Amino acid sequence: MLHAVLRAATEGETHNPVLPATYDIVWSAVCFAIILVFFWLYALPRMQKLLDERAEAIEGNIAKADEAQRKAEAALEEYTAQLADARAEAGKIRETAREDGKKIVAEAKEQASTEAARINASAQAQIEAERQTALVSLRSEVGTIAIDLASGVVGESLSDDAKAKAVVDRFLADLEASEQAAAGGKK
Amino acid sequence: MFVDARAQLHAPKQEIALLANAVNLLVPISTDDGEFHGPSIEEFFPGALLFEGTAFEINRIMLVRFVAVAALLLVFWLGTRSMRIVPGRFQSIVEMGLDFIRVGVADDLLGKKDGKRFLPILTSIFFMVLFMNITGIIPGLNIAGTSVIGVPLVLAIVSYVTFIYAGIKQSPKNFFKNSLFPSGVPWPVYIIVTPIELISTFVIRPVTLTLRLMMNMIVGHLLLVLFFAATQFFIFTLGGWYTLLGVGTLAFGFVFTLFEILVAVLQAYVFTLLTAVYIQLAVAEEH
Repeated sequence: MLHAVLRAATEGETHNPVLPATYDIVWSAVCFAIILVFFWLYALPRMQKLLDERAEAIEGNIAKADEAQRKAEAALEEYTAQLADARAEAGKIRETAREDGKKIVAEAKEQASTEAARINASAQAQIEAERQTALVSLRSEVGTIAIDLASGVVGESLSDDAKAKAVVDRFLADLEASEQAAAGGKK
Repeated sequence: MFVDARAQLHAPKQEIALLANAVNLLVPISTDDGEFHGPSIEEFFPGALLFEGTAFEINRIMLVRFVAVAALLLVFWLGTRSMRIVPGRFQSIVEMGLDFIRVGVADDLLGKKDGKRFLPILTSIFFMVLFMNITGIIPGLNIAGTSVIGVPLVLAIVSYVTFIYAGIKQSPKNFFKNSLFPSGVPWPVYIIVTPIELISTFVIRPVTLTLRLMMNMIVGHLLLVLFFAATQFFIFTLGGWYTLLGVGTLAFGFVFTLFEILVAVLQAYVFTLLTAVYIQLAVAEEH
């Protein structure tokens, strides 16, 4: 049917579009070969390379993000550890300070009590010495006064020293005895 | 005869209609000079420009093909020359085009491994057909490089050789046996099935690939020529009230130009998709 129509349509020279001419095939094959070689060896490898690079870049970014995350976590851990250390150290320092303070107070107390004891002792010694001095001087004065008084009373001078001393000693002994008796009674 | 043959080839009804239309168009409405000149099949056989009569004869349609090839190489050379991980606008478009075949056809039908193997062939077929189809509506070129049987035939042979190669490579001993003697069928059925399989697989596939593409492009071109020739005839030859008719045919010409863009992309896609399907059937273990 087609051929009949074609014959009717085009008088004289007739081309059948289904029958290929040699040059048609040749140039079609050349065109296809060029395009195939171009895509095979140039365009598609470049596209593949790009796709690989893109995938790599995405993976690289993920790895980078992971690394950053890891670093941040490590930093946080370190910071926390340092903070804990610092807290512990501060506690230790406080403890030491408290102990030191206690020691200092104790030492000061001890020193003070020692000093007090020393002062007390020296004061006692001084009092004793003064008492002794007073006693001696009192004894001699009382003796003189008593002898003067006795000389006056007796009217005669007890020039004999030995005698006078014996009298005075006896008097004092008596005095002391009475004093002691009084002190014993008091106790 | 031809329409019957197409029907046997399971051609879609629309294609039959288009073909019938084209056949009708082959009859010039008037052959008298100064009257209306309808398009004819001779449009696809222009005079030789170079090397007339040799195997390297160059005519207008061959030049149109060279222009299409040059445009294709230019676009993809510029698009892939310095590819960046973060693409610019032009690179994005080129990548989208390449991914359309890589992801949408090759990986989808053949899987990652086989898809990568046959990607260069599929990509070349798609973009060659697309660029040579689209010349049909480029002003100044105005004819599809695929509207002469050479390109459809060569690409169909490429597709044919590729899927047979894929099948033989996959299972050297069993490819023809699996193709012609489907398993799980009682042996007397082979008397019927084997000739059918032989014809459908090894004869009809390349023939339909070739004719579908070529006829679509021929019909598209003839339709456009008809509309624009009629416009010319109505407006400039007849004039007067016929100008209104001319406006109508011009509008139809415009609409069919848009339709031809769709057909150009669709036929390129169909050709590539069918090639991928044939390869997939060939590499499949069982039929």
